[in-house]
Amino acid sequence: MSGRVEKVVPLRTPLWPAGHLPLKGGERLSGRSEGGISANLRRQRAYRAAASVVDPEIPAVTIEDLGILRGVEMEGDVAVARVTPTYTGCPAVLAIELAVEAALREAGFEPRVERVIAPAWTTDWISEEGREKLRAYGIAPPAKASNSIRALFGETEVTCPRCGSPETARVSEFGSTACKALYRCESCHEPFDYFKCI
Amino acid sequence: MAAAAAVSGEALTAFLLRLADDHLIIGHRLSEWCGHAPMLEEDLAMPNMALDLIGQARTLYQYAGEVEGKGRDEDQIAYVRRERDYVNCLMAERENGDFAHTMLRQLHFAAFMQPLWQGMLSSRDERLAGIAAKAEKEVAYHIRHAGEWVVRLGDGTEESTRRMKAAVEALAPYVDELFESDAVTKAMAEAGIAPDPATLRPAFDAIVGPIFAEAGLAWVETQHGQTGGRQGRHGEALGFLLAELQHMQRTYPGMIW
Repeated sequence: MSGRVEKVVPLRTPLWPAGHLPLKGGERLSGRSEGGISANLRRQRAYRAAASVVDPEIPAVTIEDLGILRGVEMEGDVAVARVTPTYTGCPAVLAIELAVEAALREAGFEPRVERVIAPAWTTDWISEEGREKLRAYGIAPPAKASNSIRALFGETEVTCPRCGSPETARVSEFGSTACKALYRCESCHEPFDYFKCI
Repeated sequence: MAAAAAVSGEALTAFLLRLADDHLIIGHRLSEWCGHAPMLEEDLAMPNMALDLIGQARTLYQYAGEVEGKGRDEDQIAYVRRERDYVNCLMAERENGDFAHTMLRQLHFAAFMQPLWQGMLSSRDERLAGIAAKAEKEVAYHIRHAGEWVVRLGDGTEESTRRMKAAVEALAPYVDELFESDAVTKAMAEAGIAPDPATLRPAFDAIVGPIFAEAGLAWVETQHGQTGGRQGRHGEALGFLLAELQHMQRTYPGMIW
């Protein structure tokens, strides 16, 4: 865990981008009265709480969908969530770690978040469900097989998330966040984000 | 960390600091373009790449701080060291100049880093291998971005060609330093942690060569190679950069954002 995270005083309500509350629309787990439940059940509840945290930049997907939640284990009374960054410089990393802490505390656990760097996250870890959610949100999901140079450089087909047309053009390799590139659909003429393959 | 046992913590710290300083300084340089780039897409691209580089610097500083074991965190290492304590290569601190100059500097640095990261993919140091696995893909984007601009400007108008040629000449003295080898780099190579930079020149040439050929640019041999960055001897430009970079921590020591 980085020194930076340890220094931060966890807020009960993190300063979250408007409308992107971590448990928005989700079920709040009440974790206060669980005298006799098994350790396994507690671990599962902790996992569900952490898994409900959404990406602050792309609130349509949870960190579970993105594959950046590596697991939650119980160490005594402490729920240890292991999280992996997407892009090295992703500014959402800290916000996500704070949100996981807040979600675990909300669910009645003493939280600890660990940042895992190896093995490195790739876009192939995004679940099928996550890819569908991205598409429905208007972001073209990344090409598969991130270890291929062709996929990395967008030489694979990027289909428009709105009309499904394969006739698309790259407007800019760098979009609104580190993980996205800007595309335009030549059929419906809408601009859209493409989740870059890494 | 079993891998680190093969090499002294001191040497590993020195190596990590060089790498981290390179990325922080060139990342900061790139961020200076924010709001000044020639078009909107570039105004997005510059800070995006700066974010990659500074993010890489952070992971390296964190690791360096842990290996060093003196309780320094990334902020203390980045914000309160003096100019002579910085061990970045001189290429990284070169002033931005015009757009052609910046793009060529980025191409040179990325073409140096790509084979270095690739060599570290199989590093015996697991943590570095993890950092490299991500950085190696990020740097591929940087090479493509800078490479496209070098071709477009080098093979562009009379004015753009003139400026790109001037950039080739201005940056030529700073290329050789990237591939310098010394006790630290040799120790890393022997321990299987990172390849010695001296072995990376052919890979650099294989990246830059075809781009220069397409851009119609000729390589300039220089008689005045500059060196000293790894020993903390820097050009005038770094002091001004650090004055800005460190301003908040110097003014309010220990402040947390």
